[in-house]
Amino acid sequence: MKWAMVAMIVGSTVLADLLQSFEMKRHVVNVEDLRPGRLGRMLSGLAHRGPLVLAVFFMAISFFAFMKLLSVADLSFAVPVTAASVVIETILAKLVLKEKVSLARWAGACFVAAGVALLAV
Amino acid sequence: MVAEDVKPAHAPVRRVDLKTKVLTAFVILTNVLGNFSMSWGMKHQATQLADSPLAYIQTIFSPWVLLGTTLLILWLLSRMTLLGWADLSYVLPVTSIGYVITAFLGKYFFAEQITWQRWLGTLAIMIGMILVGLTKSNTTEQAK
Repeated sequence: MKWAMVAMIVGSTVLADLLQSFEMKRHVVNVEDLRPGRLGRMLSGLAHRGPLVLAVFFMAISFFAFMKLLSVADLSFAVPVTAASVVIETILAKLVLKEKVSLARWAGACFVAAGVALLAV
Repeated sequence: MVAEDVKPAHAPVRRVDLKTKVLTAFVILTNVLGNFSMSWGMKHQATQLADSPLAYIQTIFSPWVLLGTTLLILWLLSRMTLLGWADLSYVLPVTSIGYVITAFLGKYFFAEQITWQRWLGTLAIMIGMILVGLTKSNTTEQAK
């Protein structure tokens, strides 16, 4: 049960993040849009963007799986173990989003992965 | 003449870096506090989560879980904005400091057992975060 929840959280998080990054870079939110007077219009705009709606759907799956995981595992296990998505997402960020992933970023992602492995012991 | 040309070109870059850093801090804070509130609410609920959706809905509307949910909605929106300003491969490791802070909160507020392996894992995550934090925050043409 515990590891099934972890797999569900990681899989849905990866899809959600890729969709968000792809869509938010297409239409960047400016600092001015975060002012209280413009916030409603900004949020309404976000709600009408298909990839973001789909991303929120995947995040909802991740959220409920996370709730279930918290009821069967320690917080200090549940939160760090879901960081396994970092390495998968770094690979996909290079392949799908065409980001320039430098050596420092690969090293950073590997350190985070190693950290996750140790936390899951 | 050269100095005049350079100054306006650098000023917006600094502004972008600052707003990205401030938003990154906000993303980390809402994530840590949201997870903490959620966990506190789940640990102190009267009944165990059953398989029925009704049990989930009852849990969501308990005060601590509701606070946690609100904070995590703020986290979601601020993180979405951040993903427009910075690379996904930058945002993920840099915000992973949240895992470390959460581990400390788990130890001190929930008296959870943290083994030396977990502390070592925490250290590795921090090193990863610092390495990525030193790189340029966006490398794609779309991100501004």
